[in-house]
Amino acid sequence: MTTAETHDPRDLQIFGEPERSDQPARPGHEGKGVINIVHLYPREMSIYGDLGNTRCLAARIRRHGYAPVVRQHHPGDEIAADTHLVVGGGGQDSGQVRIGEDLAANADRLRGLADDGVPMLMVCGMYQLFGRHFVTVGGATVPGLGIFDLETLGGATRMIGPVVLDTEFGQIVGYENHSGATQLASGARPLGRVQHGHGNNGQDRGEGAIAGHVIGTYLHGPVLPANPRVADALIGWAAQAATGRPFEPEAIDDTTADRARQTQISRLLG
Amino acid sequence: MLRTTAAVIAGKAARVATRLRGGGGSAFPGLVAERVDPAFLRNALAEVRGGIVVVSGTNGKTTTTKMLVAILRAHGKVVFTNPTGSNFTRGVISAMLGELPLGGRLHADLAVLELDEAHALRFADAVAPTDALLLNVARDQLDRFAEIDHTAQLLARLAGQATRGVVLNVDDSYISRIADGLADGVRVGWFGLDDSAKERLGELQEQDLRDATDVAPPSTGPTDAFLTPLDARRFEMLFGRRGEGGRVGPLELHQRGLAAMINATAATAMARTLLGDHFVSATAKAALQAMAPPFGRGEVIDVDGNPLELVLVKNPAGFTVALGTYAAEHDEAPVATMITINDLDADGRDVSWLYDVNFESLRANGVALTSGLRAWDMALRLEYDDVTVGAVEPDLNRALDRFLAEHRDQPKRIFCSYTTMMAMRRVLADRYDLPEFGEDAQ
Repeated sequence: MTTAETHDPRDLQIFGEPERSDQPARPGHEGKGVINIVHLYPREMSIYGDLGNTRCLAARIRRHGYAPVVRQHHPGDEIAADTHLVVGGGGQDSGQVRIGEDLAANADRLRGLADDGVPMLMVCGMYQLFGRHFVTVGGATVPGLGIFDLETLGGATRMIGPVVLDTEFGQIVGYENHSGATQLASGARPLGRVQHGHGNNGQDRGEGAIAGHVIGTYLHGPVLPANPRVADALIGWAAQAATGRPFEPEAIDDTTADRARQTQISRLLG
Repeated sequence: MLRTTAAVIAGKAARVATRLRGGGGSAFPGLVAERVDPAFLRNALAEVRGGIVVVSGTNGKTTTTKMLVAILRAHGKVVFTNPTGSNFTRGVISAMLGELPLGGRLHADLAVLELDEAHALRFADAVAPTDALLLNVARDQLDRFAEIDHTAQLLARLAGQATRGVVLNVDDSYISRIADGLADGVRVGWFGLDDSAKERLGELQEQDLRDATDVAPPSTGPTDAFLTPLDARRFEMLFGRRGEGGRVGPLELHQRGLAAMINATAATAMARTLLGDHFVSATAKAALQAMAPPFGRGEVIDVDGNPLELVLVKNPAGFTVALGTYAAEHDEAPVATMITINDLDADGRDVSWLYDVNFESLRANGVALTSGLRAWDMALRLEYDDVTVGAVEPDLNRALDRFLAEHRDQPKRIFCSYTTMMAMRRVLADRYDLPEFGEDAQ
């Protein structure tokens, strides 16, 4: 089969990614190992530059000497068992409706991967759907995957604006834009503590969630390019999942990312 | 009437005061007049008998409005418009104050008003438009409108208020499906790409759910306008898919690119609807060919013998169209490029959208400088598309000086977010004697 025949017409172009980045590495070009990335619902749930997170991961995986394969998951597809890293983003209400059935069909696979230590980054809408459930403003309950022990209530007030968090990955910056208020169960761990912005619910200073190797957050930006420590944490776990060996990173010059992040921290925290 | 006169006087005074201060803030006088007389707009437009035409959509409003006005004026119509690109209701009032007699009633055959999606509805609550020209829906400043579905609904409601006719984009399913929900007796006209150019739709629309939406293609007639691009600059517009209703062109605009051509097609379709049998193809062609680009939409400033172009970028579709427009110019001298991005309210506070723009066309020549409050984020974005960045200088004035000095002998182009464009244009206006913002270069 040629490349042209295997290209899925439903796939979106991921800007910056080389040709064939959705294809397996050529024999002899696997580097330190092949890492299979799955981007969930690029058409339905990726409206805030969310493909930028996947581009960031794929580019950094290459710089660390591994070979990424970037797969786009569309409704009706099956998520493969050999998935090493999963990315999801935010969408509109119409997008969430379109993916509900597919997410339920793949729920066991995603839960199994998460249990096996496969890292995932779920932003905004997909973060909410990785919780136990989402209750809409109208009172309807939308079931989630339950990978995070949290629930989200649709509200009338939109939490919107730039954010700085203090996390185990250092300070991270981004932009939140959500009307759902998320409450973590007592045992669940937030991704970070809000230093500027609203966070999960505007009340408890928590933002996002982290369970095993699965990270959920409301932060757009997209979040990974300006916060490469988060990206490398995900890649490190993915490398472990893919190769069975500890992550063998390379040194990467992150001057531009660091300046971008520091500029925002200085502007917002003074 | 006394109250209206008071509003006109107060508004005019505020307009003079704003101009004396040298501010570009064109909405302030309108705010003053609106406070004094809430029915101001309705009164002012009461004598405009030929129609009140609203132009809305995410991209191309300013250019299309200007084109439509040019075509109508060339046909001898007296047209009131809001030329400042200040496309909120108050901006409309501010623009009126300059032309309004103290009685508060505008003397014009037609009013053609550019309004953004949210404010178009507020305007329509005050004054029912007779006609609406709806261009497209794209993600634009999601922190303001939240969702593209919501934006599409706003435009559908606007179209529902039109009392006489609407002209819709046949290629954008978010716009074309609006035809199903109109009031009885409202005429529907269409504009779009000719079948021969259909594969170029991607240059005008971002990749999203649209192409996954099943919408039956609307049936069109001999007064609907279709664009046939002939080469990078020349094009033709057919009335009816086979040209059975006539044609305009071939012609060439001052503005480059497919986006400007489709804007011309939209304006021509609406002009034909408004003018009916009085529409003359040759007159429309001459008006379009003579039109200078609106400020920030391909405006070229002569800087020491070399052109400097300011290109306003405000959302993924618009930035993608702008980059595509210039990617085609292989044969021309290499252009030095700067990108300036702020994240103030008027720019869009969330810069995530930069990751939905494909910058690969800038790889060949790189970007000389990035600037603005988000200069480092822009540089980081370009790194991920493997575009080299010469330098990052967040301070806009220093960046502009450096860019002009280091590329003195080269054509230059700056892709700029709204507030960076306003700031740089003030600096350039002082140095190079540019017309005041909102006025046309002579």
